[in-house]
Amino acid sequence: MPELAQAADRRDAAWWIDRMVQILVLAGGLSAIVFIAGIFVFITREGAGFVFDRFDFREFFGSPRWTPTSSHNPTYGALALIAGTASVTGLAMVVSVPFSLGAAIYIGEFATGRVRETLKVLVELLAAIPSVVWGFIGLSIMNPLIIRVFDVPVGLNVLNAGVILGLMAAPIMTTIAEDALKAVPDTYREAAEAMGATRWQVTFRVVLPAARNGLVAATLLGVGRGFGETMAVLMASGHSINLPTSPFDSVRALTATIAAELGETAAGSDHYGALFALGIFLFLVTFAINFAADVFVRGGQRKHRRRGRRPAASANP
Amino acid sequence: MKTTKTAFASCLLALAAAVTAACGGGGSRSVIQNKGSDTLVNVAQAWAEEYAAVAPGIAVAVTGGGSGTGIAAMINGTVDIANSSRKMKDSELDLARGNGAEPIEFVVGYDALAVYVHPDNPLDEVSLEQLASLYGEGGEIESWSQFGVEVPGCGSDEIVRVSRQNNSGTYVYFREAVLGDRRDFRLGSRDMHGSKDVVDLVENTPCAIGYSGLAYATDHVKMPCVRTGEGGDCVSPSVETAIDGSYPIARPLFMYTAGEPQGAIREYIGWVLSDEGQCIIYDKGYAPRGDVDCS
Repeated sequence: MPELAQAADRRDAAWWIDRMVQILVLAGGLSAIVFIAGIFVFITREGAGFVFDRFDFREFFGSPRWTPTSSHNPTYGALALIAGTASVTGLAMVVSVPFSLGAAIYIGEFATGRVRETLKVLVELLAAIPSVVWGFIGLSIMNPLIIRVFDVPVGLNVLNAGVILGLMAAPIMTTIAEDALKAVPDTYREAAEAMGATRWQVTFRVVLPAARNGLVAATLLGVGRGFGETMAVLMASGHSINLPTSPFDSVRALTATIAAELGETAAGSDHYGALFALGIFLFLVTFAINFAADVFVRGGQRKHRRRGRRPAASANP
Repeated sequence: MKTTKTAFASCLLALAAAVTAACGGGGSRSVIQNKGSDTLVNVAQAWAEEYAAVAPGIAVAVTGGGSGTGIAAMINGTVDIANSSRKMKDSELDLARGNGAEPIEFVVGYDALAVYVHPDNPLDEVSLEQLASLYGEGGEIESWSQFGVEVPGCGSDEIVRVSRQNNSGTYVYFREAVLGDRRDFRLGSRDMHGSKDVVDLVENTPCAIGYSGLAYATDHVKMPCVRTGEGGDCVSPSVETAIDGSYPIARPLFMYTAGEPQGAIREYIGWVLSDEGQCIIYDKGYAPRGDVDCS
């Protein structure tokens, strides 16, 4: 017997490799936490001086005047920037939600075989287009087009950035929404079809309600994507401090402001701190959005597991 | 083996401290680090390339990033020469003195800031007062009819103001020269992120007006002449009018060093200010410091 125990407890090369891989994988898993904590600590530290000394809550959230380099009266009102980001993201969702949900329903419920695989690859390809290319399209193609079609003075505005951003957010939303549809157990569809429901009825009355949480999560992740996108918005929105009253107004986004101004700002100045305060705000908002999406996804999964386990009970009241 | 290592280490040190030092191996070669203004980056690049023929032992490494970035790097000692399209601020001078070096300023040329409009725009001249009223806070001008022109393709009559991001040297200079020290820009302008972007947007937008360095002019935009005061002459932006000082919005371009430059750096700046160096800045569309014959 001792020989057997010894044989089972041998520490040869394979054991050590096993051990090392285990540690590597653990480190990989932990690194995500380390990075997110590191980023939070960094932006908070850089922004802390401004937030505690100079920060004026009413000015920051209530005033549209962002004039950090004024020679005599610098002001740090972020209202116009927040409104800019919100309006562009809002319009982007109007564009991308119908597109991506439609695509997800078609790919997930109707398309089969080749068509389905081709579409999936194409959607993923769409997600791989760099944002600066999208921005370029906004600047050089959409701008003259919008001027001609709508007869407005300038084509770099909420509409331009919203459409661009909507197309950018659509692929990721499609992929996640399709996953949500796939997570609905086939027993649901079979049961509905057995009752004589048509394909449309199955999709709209059974699958979509069952996948609702996942679809909300997909939309929220799209919102997060829109909120954080920088380059395309910088190029297509017009980068103009403005409280938008129509889709044809130029606006300026939070992210674009940081990107445009941080490079030439003296480290440690009020302006520098104010940009980091914008960063902290952005971080908190995207964190909240992603957190909400995560809660929705988990809620959806639990529901399926519970309902999936006892189909017999509900079929026989 | 050991010598290679030491040579490599000294090379790294030289790069890190940006001191001109011989990097082992073959012939000795010094590196001058030059960083700053995006307005000047093309010229600085051209100078560096030409200088390789003048002094083969010296390499000049040029990077952009903006006037503020270059000045900060010069103060911190990571570059030898900072390029700037604006004067150093008092706060920057204090920082540099705190580090124990008095910054030395060299004017290396002049840049005329042209006012750009769409080629279909009939506007031929604009006064500094009109520009101030258009761009300045509390200004009155909002539509093209206030300039007395009707712009084809611009049905709304609304002027699309194109400006620069609020920490570029161009933005700061335009504010000083046109709006005055105590006046801010009016919010709501389209703030482009680069001299060329301003020209690109104006080119594609009939209602637009913008300002940018003369060197970025293309055939697809129009540059009205600029008038100072009521009875003044209307002067078109050009290298010549920037040299003789008649064009009202031309700004000096600077190089800064931390303390009196020595050795290779002094020779390089001397060459930049020489006729040969000044002809290069002229070729790039900027005005040289004085009369030079570049034919």
